[in-house]
Amino acid sequence: MAQYIVKRIALAIITLFVVSTFTFFLMFLVPGGPFLSEKAPSPATLKALEEKYGLNLPVTQQYKNYMLRLLKGDLGTSLKQRGREVNNIIATRFPVSAKIGAVAILIAVTVGVTLGSIAALNRGKLLDSIIIFFSTCGIAVPGFVVCTVLMYILGLKLNLLPTFGLTSGRHYIMPVIALAFYPMSYISRLMRSCMLDVLNQDYMRTAKAKGLSQWKALFKHALRNAILPVVTYLGPLLAYTLTGSFIVEKIFTIPGLGDSFISSITGRDYPLIMGTTIFLAFLIITMNVIVDIIYKLVDPRIKLS
Amino acid sequence: MKKTAFLLALLMLVGGVLAGCGGGGSSSEEIVLPVHIGSNPDTIDPALNSAVDGATLIIHAFEGLYTLDKDGVPVPAQAEKVELSDDELTYTFTLRDGLKWSDGTDLTAEDFVYSWNRAVDPETGSDYEYMFESIVGYQDAREGKGKLAVKALDEKTLEVKLIAKTPYFLELTAFPTFSPVQKATVEENGEQWALAPETYIGNGPYKMTEWVPSSHIVYEKNENYRDVDALGPDKIKFVLMGDPNAVLTAFEKGEILFGDDIPTEEIDTWRDKDEFYIEGQLGTYYISFNTQAEPFDNPLVREAFSLAINREFICREIGKAGQQPAGAFVPTGLRDADPTKEFREVGGNYYDPSEAAYEDNLARAKELMKEAGYENGEGFPTVEYIYNVESDGHRLIAEALQQMWAELGVEVTLGSQEWNAFLNTRKNGDYQIARNGWLGDYNDPISFLDMWITGSGNNDAQWSNAEYDKLIAEIKASSDPEERFKKMHEAEDIIFEESMLAPIYYYVDLYLMSNKLQNAYSSPLGYKYFMYATIAE
Repeated sequence: MAQYIVKRIALAIITLFVVSTFTFFLMFLVPGGPFLSEKAPSPATLKALEEKYGLNLPVTQQYKNYMLRLLKGDLGTSLKQRGREVNNIIATRFPVSAKIGAVAILIAVTVGVTLGSIAALNRGKLLDSIIIFFSTCGIAVPGFVVCTVLMYILGLKLNLLPTFGLTSGRHYIMPVIALAFYPMSYISRLMRSCMLDVLNQDYMRTAKAKGLSQWKALFKHALRNAILPVVTYLGPLLAYTLTGSFIVEKIFTIPGLGDSFISSITGRDYPLIMGTTIFLAFLIITMNVIVDIIYKLVDPRIKLS
Repeated sequence: MKKTAFLLALLMLVGGVLAGCGGGGSSSEEIVLPVHIGSNPDTIDPALNSAVDGATLIIHAFEGLYTLDKDGVPVPAQAEKVELSDDELTYTFTLRDGLKWSDGTDLTAEDFVYSWNRAVDPETGSDYEYMFESIVGYQDAREGKGKLAVKALDEKTLEVKLIAKTPYFLELTAFPTFSPVQKATVEENGEQWALAPETYIGNGPYKMTEWVPSSHIVYEKNENYRDVDALGPDKIKFVLMGDPNAVLTAFEKGEILFGDDIPTEEIDTWRDKDEFYIEGQLGTYYISFNTQAEPFDNPLVREAFSLAINREFICREIGKAGQQPAGAFVPTGLRDADPTKEFREVGGNYYDPSEAAYEDNLARAKELMKEAGYENGEGFPTVEYIYNVESDGHRLIAEALQQMWAELGVEVTLGSQEWNAFLNTRKNGDYQIARNGWLGDYNDPISFLDMWITGSGNNDAQWSNAEYDKLIAEIKASSDPEERFKKMHEAEDIIFEESMLAPIYYYVDLYLMSNKLQNAYSSPLGYKYFMYATIAE
């Protein structure tokens, strides 16, 4: 295991290096620039700004400077939100997104796995059809529709919940539901098909033949095997959900990180593009390692190598 | 077992969420005004800001020598009075007694000297440094080679020397970029001074006490403000919403009393309600032609394209918010030399933008195309109109224009670009026809005219006209209002003789304001003033 982890960390560093290098050069290929605006700054101002942020240097030199700073853990200063450090933006915004995201994933996994299993066990019956119907809707309906409908019904018409900010527990309810909706539906469908697959396996028949109760067979043998694909899906899901959703955060006025992924690109805020990309890549890699380890715990037959 | 451990870890995160909740709540006697004026501002540094919502935040935390009253007239603010020299080129401001910063320290004339020079210094990187161009020394100062001719004669007296008579100079001193900033704080903290309540020291009616980016900004009365007793709410909470539907919902629920955004599709529903406001705004939605490239290097073609537009149709069916079809570039709402008359009233329209005149305009457009050698569009190349994708309105207008121009027998393709790339394309002149828009910076038509001089950074049309350049230079050096305005009209005449652009409509500012909210007002530049607001029960 230790050897495996060391190997994965080495691989992670190489991956991060490749991701940051690609992103760095790609973002300079996109037309536009951070200081463009409807009211054009004077050439002297533009020149001073470019010198200040080192954008007048050749791209390769800029790359070298950036990577050297990155090694020290310094992600630079935002070019748009003048004076704000990228490290600071991520440090204050990520926890907000992560809190909502974590609750959403917890709900998505618990509800999704339960619904999927119930559907599989009731294959072809009414309950199965109902679950399939709702989970298909959940996958098909775009996030902003879910948000808007929630806001209209729970926020405005029934006046049950506040519609913006995050100042009390009640504020979390709508964003969490909105975030959990898609993965919950996806997991329940995934779980259903895996469970069906497992239920038809020989060892399930053996378990039954040996006199194991249905519940015991289900929890001890079926669930454990059927959940593996869900665990695989969990890696990227965690990384993407914990870093926030642009749409959910915009609609519910949540000060999370999701918005920074989009606004940094539209504003050509180079340091913020790099910072958010590297951070997301880091999370995805980390989550995948964690998922691999969980994999091993769930199914001891799997070898980590 | 191990799965349980994983779930436990997740549960702990949830616990974290719940622990983080709760708290809040304010004392019942305190009057808090919750409003929306925009999403998270990039900056609220008076020198760096060029956004309208940022300006609203700045005018609540800072105050210039003058400020604008409810009718948009400049009235003394930090200055008690001003004396003008006989040639009207030297302004001597006397500051009020006992002016203080929000941290309790004294504010002096020297603070204005520092702040104005800071705004012009290229090292600061201000988009709005050109607002100081009327002051002697500007050209050198903007290159970082000198200082503005602004002098503190003593702690309370500020002398400003102007290059030419500037009738709107007092109004400029009310502009956010002319606000004083505290030298010690700015120099100690760099650009970060404008991010945190502790260092965001101002001299205005309110002071920042909290800023949670992308969530809210809270302002509280500044007890050191010169006229603190006249102020309205104890606190103003600016909710930083980015979604128009969210703004509308919060407004309908009464969670905010002012909303500066409304979904376009809701305008029809709200049009007749008394909490919905449409105000004129100093700005024009227009089309730029790339005047340097074929076929739009031909003024006849440009005029034909302009005349073939049914502007009233666009305003009614797409804009939907009472936008005014534009018959010229300088919008309505600006005064002329005779202050009782509007610039637009004196200048009139260059063509009739009404729907009634559309058929005649179109017939004339067809003739012009014939004159240019493209009868019924024959031989005319396929051209492209570009717009930015961020708003549906731009796309709908593009589609309408495409159909209108088809009447001339020409084929126009549509291209959309993302905002930043679009700005770049337009600026570099890599286009044929492009959507464009301009918001004035101050109440003077020159704010719409000087952008078209040769080589100006905002001259997206890549247009160059020696006579026009000369006129603008003369206007800027002129000290006679009559002559200035006469020349500004002449300058606009040239724009339309050449049909260098095609205006579509004059902008309007839409907002929602609760009936409970009184004495809040909006300026023609779109800034909102809440400092004297009262909330009815």
